[in-house]
Amino acid sequence: MSTGVAITGMGIISAIGNNVSENYSSLLEGRTGISHISKIDTVHKGSIMVGEIEFTNAELEAKLGLSADNNYSRTALLGAVAAKEAIADAKITNIKDYRTGLISSTSVGGMDMTEKFYYDYLESEDNRKYIEGHHAGDSTEKIAEQLGIDQSLVTTISTACSSAANAIMFGARLIKTGKLDRVIVGGADCLSKFTINGFKTLMILSDTYNTPFDENRKGLNLGEAAAYLVLESDFLVKKEKKKVLGYVVGYGNANDAYHQTASSENGDGATLAMEKALAVAGLEPKDIDYINAHGTATGNNDLSEGRALIRVFGKEIPEFSSTKAYTGHTLAAAGAIEAVYAILSLQNNIIYPNLNFKTPMKEFSLIPQTTLKEKALNTVLSNSLGFGGNCSTLIFSK
Amino acid sequence: MSDLKQELKEKIITQLNLEDIAIDEIADDDSLFGDGLGLDSIDALELIVMLDKDYGIKLTDPKEGKKIFESIEVMAKYIAEHRTK
Amino acid sequence: MEKVYINSIGSISAQKTFDNNDFLEEITTYEDNIIPVIEPNYKDFIPPAAARRMAKGIKMGVVASKIALEEANLTDIDAIITGTGMGCVRDSEKFVTAILDNNEQFLTPTSFIQSTHNTVAGQIALGIGCKGYNFTYVHSSVSFESALIDALMQLELKEAENILVGGVDESGEHTNAIHKLIQHIKPEKINSNELLNSKTAGAVFGEGANFFVLSNKKQDSSYAQVLGVKTFNTLAISDLLANLEAYLKENNLSATDIDVLISGNNGDIDYDNYYTELTNGPFKNTQQVVYKHLSGEFNTASAFGFWLGAKILKTQQIPSAVAINTIKTKGFEIVLLYNQYRGKNHSFTLLRRC
Repeated sequence: MSTGVAITGMGIISAIGNNVSENYSSLLEGRTGISHISKIDTVHKGSIMVGEIEFTNAELEAKLGLSADNNYSRTALLGAVAAKEAIADAKITNIKDYRTGLISSTSVGGMDMTEKFYYDYLESEDNRKYIEGHHAGDSTEKIAEQLGIDQSLVTTISTACSSAANAIMFGARLIKTGKLDRVIVGGADCLSKFTINGFKTLMILSDTYNTPFDENRKGLNLGEAAAYLVLESDFLVKKEKKKVLGYVVGYGNANDAYHQTASSENGDGATLAMEKALAVAGLEPKDIDYINAHGTATGNNDLSEGRALIRVFGKEIPEFSSTKAYTGHTLAAAGAIEAVYAILSLQNNIIYPNLNFKTPMKEFSLIPQTTLKEKALNTVLSNSLGFGGNCSTLIFSK
Repeated sequence: MSDLKQELKEKIITQLNLEDIAIDEIADDDSLFGDGLGLDSIDALELIVMLDKDYGIKLTDPKEGKKIFESIEVMAKYIAEHRTK
Repeated sequence: MEKVYINSIGSISAQKTFDNNDFLEEITTYEDNIIPVIEPNYKDFIPPAAARRMAKGIKMGVVASKIALEEANLTDIDAIITGTGMGCVRDSEKFVTAILDNNEQFLTPTSFIQSTHNTVAGQIALGIGCKGYNFTYVHSSVSFESALIDALMQLELKEAENILVGGVDESGEHTNAIHKLIQHIKPEKINSNELLNSKTAGAVFGEGANFFVLSNKKQDSSYAQVLGVKTFNTLAISDLLANLEAYLKENNLSATDIDVLISGNNGDIDYDNYYTELTNGPFKNTQQVVYKHLSGEFNTASAFGFWLGAKILKTQQIPSAVAINTIKTKGFEIVLLYNQYRGKNHSFTLLRRC
């Protein structure tokens, strides 16, 4: 098995908690963050269910100590909060001591402000400061500034729902090839009318709580979140005697090349991604102790992913569960959210329940783990599958 | 009924950007999906919105669309029976 | 570490560049502050059924990639890596407008689906049935360079043999309108020949798609070798030269080794001083080349600069429209590209004749 890339810090904000420990408590207590939309100004308020974060933008701005003339989108605010927690967790005091980069990811970027002031921009000067904050790289630039990362490699990935998994993958490769000593990796996405209505047009939003891998699943709930990990080179870890939370040992990305939005029925892309990740890690399927599935609870995803799991693991599928019933589908951030959950699993030897599951799917006999389970865990595999056929797998170890 | 069929053909061509297809090339019983006109699941979602917007017919399950959008003939019959506007 | 070559190119820009036999022989001059691309006949490249949902940016990306794949004589590729600063803005604008104008009712999925940043990379994969690695970088003026860094890492370590890398951005009406309001676009229309000497703030916005097959196997069609790429999220003007010198040194080079400097200046008086640090400094007596008066400014305009560098090294010619001095007319071995946008997201790219 390859030694992998060390993870020395993590930070998260999601519908089930504003930091790592709150998220972990919710996971243990089976507490979902899904409820009717209450904070976004949309006609779907009170009807569509999503995973919202408690804090208002003003509260997040105060938390970050931003001045009133800031032009942070909610994506940037969430990202900065989570990334700062990760840096503190890794006990980094001077970020300039080592070559440090930032690889972030987002799908909506500053769309929350764009959709709010779209016509207003043309009429009044009041909110034009947000125009520059629209593009997907803007939240990343702001996070870099918050962390004090300058004159360095800072970039953004946007591959729909696999974005953050791909950011982690790219960061791990930058460390492995010696291009950087430390990379902050992750993703952020806030909720917006754009995504809520977009997914509604695809008719894949559930009108109730999402039920991953259930025969009667009705679709997904969207969520907003941000999560970041600190990846550090072996050299840095040794020199600074850093505490290692876990390792990224395997990663793989493949394309389904089947349909613009849907996954192939046989899960070709997901199968390839898992196989590549296992090969990079030098592991056999039997070495995987727990799978944090993508499991969005859409008819299409769970069937495709389930079939891919069977293709890769045969009859010996380890315990698996989707945590989307807790957080909702947090789009570009999902891969990072679930990476944090995977590390918490490894640290505590805990498998989270796949909430809301009742009836096995008729196409196969896969049954997710439905109760909290203690098990000695050495490796966790995490899937993130997205639009444009984008399929990614990460493997974490102790 | 034949007016409705004509109207549907026009709408399908414009809304789904079938620029290279003329109205008289679509027969009433041609299948719209697969080997026929070659429409796909994204088109089906577009047509579901058209049913709602133009004829006041609401479908909640995209699978229902499959049967309704079999051909212009079937579609027109369904709309004639269920339209609220 | 394997050497990496540019084996083929495909360019759609505000000049007629989609035919790889041409090299800026005919120049189209514009008198505007927003300039469009000169489009090929998309129908020659994309079947109508596939093209019917594609916005301009997707068509440009798909066609530029087809031209590149064809020239490299490939039907499949190991990976597709794209860069796009704004993604498919036209579809984004269309969907936002529909949401606002119809009060979130009667919305259809097509523009939402197409608005996703990785649409172009996904569509290319779908078109050629490529199940390999598929990434999209979306970081302002280093979107394309981020894709390059990723591709170089894989090719140098032999994790892949052929990778399609490209930069694509389309211009959108609302996006342009609001960028005029904040003077990122020049308020006045300006002749392309005057642009780079402009004394006003803002740029002339453009659009384009520039795709390349990068490979660790050199072939007859190869244009150049890619020595390396480096990006910086921030760089104070006072730190620019020191960082460039350090970068050249990492590649065992110094300023005097550079035969051609390709600068990304766009005629914005507030930010072009970064380039003059180089052109009036260590590269004062180096052959200098510019291109944004021909392409316009967009987040992946530097991919057009990369195209230009590749063409210069292969043809050993510098079209008069891009040369700003005549220090050297033959024997071009090493090209350095420098680009930044509004003082942020800087990149250095080094190419060598092969």
